[in-house]
Amino acid sequence: MSKTIAFDEMMSGPGGVRDAYAGYSNWLNTQENKRLLQKATDAENVFRRTGITFGVYGDEQADERLIPFDIVPRVISGSEWRRLAQGIEQRVVAINAFLDDIYHRQEIIKAGRIPVELISQNDAFLPEMIGFRPPAGVYTHIIGIDIVRTSENEFFVLEDNARTPSGVSYMLENRETMLQLFPELFHQIKVRSVEDYPKLLRNSLEAVKPAGCKGKPTIAVLTPGSYNSAYFEHAFLADQMGVELVEGSDLKVMDGKIVMRTTQGYQTIDVLYRRVDDDYLDPLTFNPKSRLGVAGIMDIYRAGNVTIANAPGTGIADDKAIYSYMPEIVEFYTGRQSILQNVPTWRCSEPDSLKYVLEHLAELVVKEVHGSGGYGMLVGPASTKAERETFAAKLKARPKNYIAQPTLALSTVPIFTEKGLAPRHVDLRPFVLVSDQIRITPGGLTRVALKEGSLVVNSSQGGGTKDTWVLDD
Amino acid sequence: MILGRTANGLYWMHRYIERAENMARLVDAGMRMALTKAAGSPDEWSSVVLSAGATGTYEAVHKDYTAANVIHFLLCNTNNPSSVLSSITAARFNARMVRTALTRETWEAVNEAWMNLTRALCVTIPDNELPRILDLIKRETALIRGAFHGTMLRNEIFNFSNLGTFIERADNTARILDVKYYVLLPSISYVGSAMDNSQWESILRSVSAHRSYRWVYEAEYKPTNIADYLILNDRMPRSLAFCYHNITVNLGYLEHDYGVSSNAYSLSSETKSSLTGKTIRQIIDTGLHEFLSGFIDQNNRLGSAIAEAYNFD
Repeated sequence: MSKTIAFDEMMSGPGGVRDAYAGYSNWLNTQENKRLLQKATDAENVFRRTGITFGVYGDEQADERLIPFDIVPRVISGSEWRRLAQGIEQRVVAINAFLDDIYHRQEIIKAGRIPVELISQNDAFLPEMIGFRPPAGVYTHIIGIDIVRTSENEFFVLEDNARTPSGVSYMLENRETMLQLFPELFHQIKVRSVEDYPKLLRNSLEAVKPAGCKGKPTIAVLTPGSYNSAYFEHAFLADQMGVELVEGSDLKVMDGKIVMRTTQGYQTIDVLYRRVDDDYLDPLTFNPKSRLGVAGIMDIYRAGNVTIANAPGTGIADDKAIYSYMPEIVEFYTGRQSILQNVPTWRCSEPDSLKYVLEHLAELVVKEVHGSGGYGMLVGPASTKAERETFAAKLKARPKNYIAQPTLALSTVPIFTEKGLAPRHVDLRPFVLVSDQIRITPGGLTRVALKEGSLVVNSSQGGGTKDTWVLDD
Repeated sequence: MILGRTANGLYWMHRYIERAENMARLVDAGMRMALTKAAGSPDEWSSVVLSAGATGTYEAVHKDYTAANVIHFLLCNTNNPSSVLSSITAARFNARMVRTALTRETWEAVNEAWMNLTRALCVTIPDNELPRILDLIKRETALIRGAFHGTMLRNEIFNFSNLGTFIERADNTARILDVKYYVLLPSISYVGSAMDNSQWESILRSVSAHRSYRWVYEAEYKPTNIADYLILNDRMPRSLAFCYHNITVNLGYLEHDYGVSSNAYSLSSETKSSLTGKTIRQIIDTGLHEFLSGFIDQNNRLGSAIAEAYNFD
């Protein structure tokens, strides 16, 4: 594997610091290492005591773990952010327009811009949504877009999370923690605030209440329960919004509405922010074994008596097979070229691409179209010859199942270690709210691969997080 | 208005916190008895297990009542659903489920108690460590209570929590008395004998009342006074009268706030009136054991009535 030096977002050349980090670097130079080490320990204790944890499936001993938090912020300048935000806005507009089209007239297929099999043979496409338009025409109310950077001016979208993106609670808690640990930093440096996200989320959800709901809608967050790995976040968001946190067992259909069982009888829910996957949402429509959803909710939804956020069936927009068509999709619906770039992607369903991929397996990352979380994936540069041979066989047997991408040299940001600063690879997930207007929180969740040289930022595989600053400049 | 499941979670969270603390106190009293006797008496430990309401589960695993077995069973054994470790885990599970109903301070206190007690109780506790561990349990539960009372809004959430605390506490006090009721009966008691003194003190100690008793009554332990203190004295925070005063008040708030009367409130008022306008002498004369077992039944019935009235499940 060719060893390329990754773009570092803080340091430029020997001893130099990029502009965005100048303020932070000045402050850092006045700090004693010992104090910083103490602060790092303090931070961990805060997280542990607060119970900001995530569960790891299949690991009973350590059923709740902390996501390591690094005390060096990831800093994005105001102008960098403005460009990113434009690109993000364009993308979420296109995604919602695409969903509306795909569940109605399917103009994009008629125009020959995407192949019909991509939709018709895709499990993420829900026939139940055909011809139905959710309140205010919004399909994905909450989106998290995974972005990586490779140089001063190059940003790529790695993935669009249009179903039930998680991580926003870490964005908020990371800021809270930084404010507690280093209040003086925020006096010296103007950082744009993220803390009104829960309020904006609530406003967004209120704005998409069902047409028949007069007055203030009742909102609830639907969680699979306290065993779910993101339970902390579900509780956190419900708490911050001041709404109920419900489970499937609290809900039922009554008189054409969704109601929750309370100490004073049954109360109607108007807007349900669900953190339960489509498949588990309604045992009468989808997986009949599900106990996490509400039997009959799809009928109530289609009758317009409850809003579900995100709408069922939005997965068709963030599917890996669709991903490679995003530049076309953005152009088709917005009439402009996509501001944010896609990572170049080879669709193995196409014979030429398949040939190229097979010849370059050692350089590429090959992913299963419907897989997630790094399962069924081949990271070429890290693979052995035998692994590549096994994978090539799978690839030839079912080429449609795979896409391939080059391995990107993700940018680095320093983390704090006992020996001082050390560069580590990062990505970024900004959070976007779509309803009567588009609200993008300045910043997002920065995930960082804590192991030297590693490109895997997933929290289940040794990733940590950082506070993300967008400068108010 | 809160979710029925949330009310249920709050109620059980507080029952389990109360239970963890009571269990520590029972073990403490048992340990005292064992120390003041020439040899640790198996009878004493079996009555501790009986007071804990855990005889069945205990005898399924152990044949003999030894100090080490009983202590481990009541504090650390996760197969015993009422052990301190099981209780604090269940309390924390419920707290996590109702996280949105709790202040950050309360949640953190529960979470920290769970972290500290899990660490302390996951090993076999050596004899010389036992007093420290019992103190830790009492301190952690006291911290939870402090955070709870210091920060929670006095609303329905507070009321359901209190119901859990006092129903569990009433059950506990009644059970301790019922296991030892015979030593309080005048017919078989030898006033002033060393043995009975230690038995009586043990009863008081298991409800943390051996010092306050002297502030209220004379210095000498007298069985009728002890029974009076734990059953009828409405200033004693672990007495049945005190518990039922609080249960009735909290149910009263719920009735008032919701504007609906419930069967639970009438049941509670009924039990409360059986604890007022009576002397301890009358209770003993009509049968202390009958009175206590009747009380325990009524207390259980009230728990079910609350669950039904407020849609717990």
